[in-house]
Amino acid sequence: MLTPPLTSNQAVLHLEGVSLGYGDFTVLQDISLEVMPGQVVAMMGGSGSGKTTLLRAATGQLAARRGTITLFGQDLARTNRPGLQALRQRMGVLFQQGALFTDLNVFENVAFPLREHLTMSASQLSERVLEKLNAVGLRAAAHLKVSEISGGMARRVALARAVVLEPELVLYDEPFAGLDPISLGITARLIRSLSDRLGCASVVITHDIAESFAIADQVYLVGQGQLKAHGAPATLAASTDPYVQQFLNGQADGPVAFDYPVTPAFEAWLVQTGART
Amino acid sequence: MSRPSFLSALGQSVRARLTGLGLFTRFFLMLLQRSGLVFKRPRLVSQQVHFIGNFSLLIIIVSGLFVGFVLGLQGYYTLNRYGSEEALGLLVALSLTRELGPVVTALLFAGRAGTSLTAEIGLMKAGEQLAAMEVMAVDPLTRVFVPRFWGGVIAMPILAAVFSTVGILGGWVVGVLLIGIDTGAFWSQMQNGVDVYKDILNGVIKSIIFGVAVTLIALYEGWRARPTPEGVARATTRTVVTSSLAVLGLDFLLTALMFSH
Repeated sequence: MLTPPLTSNQAVLHLEGVSLGYGDFTVLQDISLEVMPGQVVAMMGGSGSGKTTLLRAATGQLAARRGTITLFGQDLARTNRPGLQALRQRMGVLFQQGALFTDLNVFENVAFPLREHLTMSASQLSERVLEKLNAVGLRAAAHLKVSEISGGMARRVALARAVVLEPELVLYDEPFAGLDPISLGITARLIRSLSDRLGCASVVITHDIAESFAIADQVYLVGQGQLKAHGAPATLAASTDPYVQQFLNGQADGPVAFDYPVTPAFEAWLVQTGART
Repeated sequence: MSRPSFLSALGQSVRARLTGLGLFTRFFLMLLQRSGLVFKRPRLVSQQVHFIGNFSLLIIIVSGLFVGFVLGLQGYYTLNRYGSEEALGLLVALSLTRELGPVVTALLFAGRAGTSLTAEIGLMKAGEQLAAMEVMAVDPLTRVFVPRFWGGVIAMPILAAVFSTVGILGGWVVGVLLIGIDTGAFWSQMQNGVDVYKDILNGVIKSIIFGVAVTLIALYEGWRARPTPEGVARATTRTVVTSSLAVLGLDFLLTALMFSH
């Protein structure tokens, strides 16, 4: 099924009043956001604030409880499985740990989406794969096994794989986590240049403030199950909102309590272990 | 335990088992439904046959040889009492093609290839590889499970045939070379007494059925494994236990169906 191409002023990804959760637990409530073509959007928040849940919703892995999620102009709730597959071919996702296929080598990992979705000659395929590997500086690592490369390299291979179909939207789940300063700087610039060169929209889920503020056009801050603030990096940095200030300056005191709250279950456990020892 | 809580525990366990059986059946049907891939991309399947088969070949050959040795010795001791040692070839061949070939191969296959399938899929799940495939608009059931399933189903009868062949040679080594039974009698008794359809074909059918059962259980356990080190370890154990019991149970049923007069 073919989906209509987007016009340049239409949002690639649009969330309107979306609530998300698992089982009885609601993770995020009333989230609205918009990602335009060519934009780099940073999605920030503390650990466990629901950033990854948001990504799962954008890829159609998790249905919204309330509100609408529109991807490439199509309402995900009204899209059937073949339709969703067609939409997914237009996006790339970079997983937190890379999620490279361990039974394939570096080259085959990047070639995987091409082999699955396109019919190309062997030379065209290898040209495209090596070009993408070159963009992440790993052209000469094409022959290596996944077990032979470092975590940082695996992330870069995964990045090459995420963009090999030249998607219109790339979602990055914690692309900076666990990278050394050099790889971190390179990855950040790579994300920006991919957006500028290919004109694809990027959503970067992160809690790395300096790097994401340097490359993002828009920053969304989630916390306590809600969207706390959004705007251009400069606007957010100038914000006087106590939550934004606490997050950006990394303070222990503020609206977000550092200590995990004491629950009746904890107290019962304490009494029980206290009695036993 | 009081009666109501015992009843509710029993009910819960029965319900959980029925749900498990339902999920397992649905999993099997989903694989069959997606099996068109076998004809569209046969290379994916042949890779798995090669991978799974190669994995198990050495253990199958060594075990087959020793099982043949033992059959030769034990068969000789018993047949010797009745003065019919020449029938040793027949005894070894029938035991292997009808029962031991398919059954022992399936048990070894469960321990060797089955566990590695479960662990591989469980770890793919833990490493978000299956989720990654899904967001790339590639169905993991089709791309990962279907080739492995058919790879296992095709590899099993081949391995069972190898096992039986090596086992017969083992019986021959012990019976003819070591004990000194007449080699002509050994082979001619076998040739006369083994029926291509009744014995060999039934053995092949058994091993195909075991191949379906073991591979399906291994894949299912990997598929539903909790994506943690502990979850994968438990799933691997369950693969061996469940598929071994399934093979032995199925073998009894199949023998009763195939060899009753």
